[in-house]
Amino acid sequence: MEIPRIPLGDWIESGLTWLTSEFSMVTRGISRFTQTGIDILNDGLFWLPEWALLGLIALLCWRLGGTRLAIGAIAGLALIWNLGLWEPMIETLTLVVFATLVAIVIALPVGIAAALSNRLYRVIMPLLDFMQTMPAFVYLIPAIPFFGIGSVSAIFATVIFSMPPAIRFTTLGIRQVPVELIEAADAYGATRGQKLFKVQLPLSLPTVMAGINQTIMLALSMVVIAAMIGADGLGSEVWRAIQRLRPGDGFEAGIAVVILAMLLDRLTQSLRKTRQ
Amino acid sequence: MDETRPVKIKVRGLSKVFGKQPQKAIELRNQGMKRPEILEKTGQTLGLSNISFDVYEGELLVIMGLSGSGKSTLIRCLNRLIETTEGEIIIDGENIPTLKEKALLECRRRHFSMVFQNFALFPHRTVHQNAEFGLEIRGVEKAERHKIAHDALKQVGLEGWEDAYPNQLSGGMQQRVGLARALANDATVLLMDEAFSALDPLIRKDMQQELLQLQSKMQKTTVFITHDLDEALNIGDRIVLLKDGEVVQIGTPEEILTKPADDYVRRFIEGVDRARILTAESAMRPLRSTARESDGPRTALHRMRDHTIDSIYVVDRDRRLIGLLEADAASRAIEEGSDSIIPYLTQDFRKVPMDEPLHNLFAMFSEKSFPIAVIDQQEQLLGVVVKGAVLDELARAGEQ
Ligand SMILES: Nc1ncnc2c1ncn2[C@@H]1O[C@H](COP(=O)(O)OP(=O)(O)OP(=O)(O)O)[C@@H](O)[C@H]1O
Ligand SMILES: [Mg+2]
Repeated sequence: MEIPRIPLGDWIESGLTWLTSEFSMVTRGISRFTQTGIDILNDGLFWLPEWALLGLIALLCWRLGGTRLAIGAIAGLALIWNLGLWEPMIETLTLVVFATLVAIVIALPVGIAAALSNRLYRVIMPLLDFMQTMPAFVYLIPAIPFFGIGSVSAIFATVIFSMPPAIRFTTLGIRQVPVELIEAADAYGATRGQKLFKVQLPLSLPTVMAGINQTIMLALSMVVIAAMIGADGLGSEVWRAIQRLRPGDGFEAGIAVVILAMLLDRLTQSLRKTRQ
Repeated sequence: MDETRPVKIKVRGLSKVFGKQPQKAIELRNQGMKRPEILEKTGQTLGLSNISFDVYEGELLVIMGLSGSGKSTLIRCLNRLIETTEGEIIIDGENIPTLKEKALLECRRRHFSMVFQNFALFPHRTVHQNAEFGLEIRGVEKAERHKIAHDALKQVGLEGWEDAYPNQLSGGMQQRVGLARALANDATVLLMDEAFSALDPLIRKDMQQELLQLQSKMQKTTVFITHDLDEALNIGDRIVLLKDGEVVQIGTPEEILTKPADDYVRRFIEGVDRARILTAESAMRPLRSTARESDGPRTALHRMRDHTIDSIYVVDRDRRLIGLLEADAASRAIEEGSDSIIPYLTQDFRKVPMDEPLHNLFAMFSEKSFPIAVIDQQEQLLGVVVKGAVLDELARAGEQ
C-alpha cells in the first residue's frame, strides 16, 4: 500500500497566495514605508562626502570604544573606499540599520510581553526556535510574492531572520531580574508599569544589548544573502563576481563585509559596556 | 502587656497553603493533622496554620522561629507579597487579603516599608536613588523626596555616600541603605525580614543598637523577623514564637525566658539557658552614686540630679544598705524641713546576693523598676543590676 504524500508545500503555497491577494493593501503599505525609509537613509549617507562620513564614524568609535577602535575603523573604511566598494558598503549598511531598527521595534514589546506572561512565553519560544533554525534562504522565497524583487523583500526576510535573538534576550533579561528586587518593588507599592520601567528594563539592559548585537550580526549576514533577490550592496558585488567567475572581486567584497561586521560588532559591544 | 494598647495590625486565623489544592490541606488541618502528614497525604505545604496575634502601635514585635517555621511567609502575608489562603489581616480597618489591586497598592504605599535579608537594593540606582525609591513610586515631588532621602541617609550615618552605587558598599552599609529606603518612605509599619542575619556579628550588634535608638526616637511599629533568640531578646518588646507554621508562644522576652510555653520553647532557649549558671554578679554595674545615712535631703537630691537618677541607695558608715531614697521623698523631706533622710527611706526594692541566678532577676523587676541591689553577706552594697543589663548578659551568653 502506498501512503499518499502530504502536500505540505502545496498548502503553504496556496496560503501564501491567499495572503498576498487578501492583504495587498497591507503589503503595499509596508512596501512604501520601507522603500521611503531606505531611500532617506541612503540619501543621507550618500549626501555626505566619503571622508566626512569616515570621520564621523571614526569619531563615534573613538567616543564609545576608544582610540584602538577608531584607528581600526579608519583603516578598514579607508580600505573599502580604496577598493571602490564605498557605495555598495553604504547600501548594505543602510539595509542593516533599517532592518535592525524594525526588528528592535517589534522585538522589544514582544520580548517584554513574553517575559511577563507565562502563556505567551510558551507560545513564543518554540516559534523563535522555528524562525531561527529555518534555513535563511527560505525566507527569501515568500518575500518575493509579497514585495517583489528588491530591497523591500530583503528587509522583510532580514527582519524575520534577525529578530529572534532580540526577542529572546529581552525575555531572558527581564526574567533574570532577581526575585527579591521584584519583591522590593512590589513591597513599596510599585505598579506594573513602574516595576517595568524602573526595575526590570534597566536591569535587563545589558542582556537586551547583547541580543541587539546578535540581531545586527544576523541582519548583516542576511542582507548579503538577499542579493539573490535583488538587494543592492556588497552582497550583489559578491553575486556578480560568482556569475563572472572572478574570485578576486568576490574576495574584495567579502573582506568589506568582514570589516563592516567587525565594526558593527565592536561598536554595539562598547555601547553595552558603557551602559553598565 | 495590657490589652488596652491601640492595635495597629490585627491578624486572625491566618493560614497559608503552598500548592494547588489549598482547601484539601485546610480540611485535613481542621481534622487535626500537622504539616508533615498533610504534605505526605496531599503534597501541599501548610506554610502557616491559624495564626492570630496583634501588633501594637509603636512596638517592636519580633517573630522568631527555626528555619522553615514560616517566618518569611508570615511577614509576606502582611503586605501580601504572598496571597493568604484564609484569615484576616486588618490594618486601620482594611482587610488586606480582600483588597482590590489598586487599594492594595495604596495600602502598601501608606502602611508598609520593608527591609530584606539580602538587602534587595537596586544595583542600577545610586544610594540616594535607592533611598528615595518608595517616595518616587508614590509620586512625591523631586525636590521634596530628595530632601527626605537625604535626611534618612543621614539618620543611618551614610551622609556623603549618596552618589555611590550599592556594590561599592560593605554589607553593613548596604543594609543601612535598605533601612534608609524604608525610613524615607515613612510608612506606618516597618517590616524587617532577617534584616541583620547576613551581617557579621559585630556589625549586627551595632545595627541592633541603632535600630533600638531609632525605635526609641520614632516609636515606629515594627515587625522584625529573626531565627536568632539573642537578637530577639535584645531588641523585641514582645516575641511571637513560631513552630511548623503555628504560634507556640507570644510574650515579652522575660516571659519567654521565665515561662516557656512548652518543650519547643524550652529547647529554643536552651542556648540562653546557660544563663542559669550566670549570676547577678555578671550583670552587676557599679553604682553611679550612693547617699550616706548622715546626709541631709538636699545633699541626697543634689547627688541624684548630678547623676541623672531618680532614686538613690543609702548606706551606713560600713557601706551596709539601709534603704532607698526616691527623688520625690527627698523633695518632701526638704519641704517638711527635715534634716535627716532616714524617715523618708523606702524598703520597697529588691536585694540579691552576688550568686543569685540571673534568670530569677526578671520576675523582680516590678512596675517601679528600681535597679536591683546586689549585696554581700555583710549586707554591704556592691552594685546594682538594671533591666537591660540582664538581657544583654543573657544574649552574650547565648553567643558563646
Ligand atoms: N513558594 C513556596 N512553595 C512551596 N513551599 C514553600 C514556598 N515558600 C515557602 N514554602 C515552605 O513553607 C515553609 C515556611 O517557609 P518560610 O520561608 O516562611 O520559612 P522561614 O521561617 O522564613 O525559614 P528561613 O529561616 O529558612 O527563612 C517551609 O516549609 C517552606 O519549604
Ligand atoms: Mg525566611
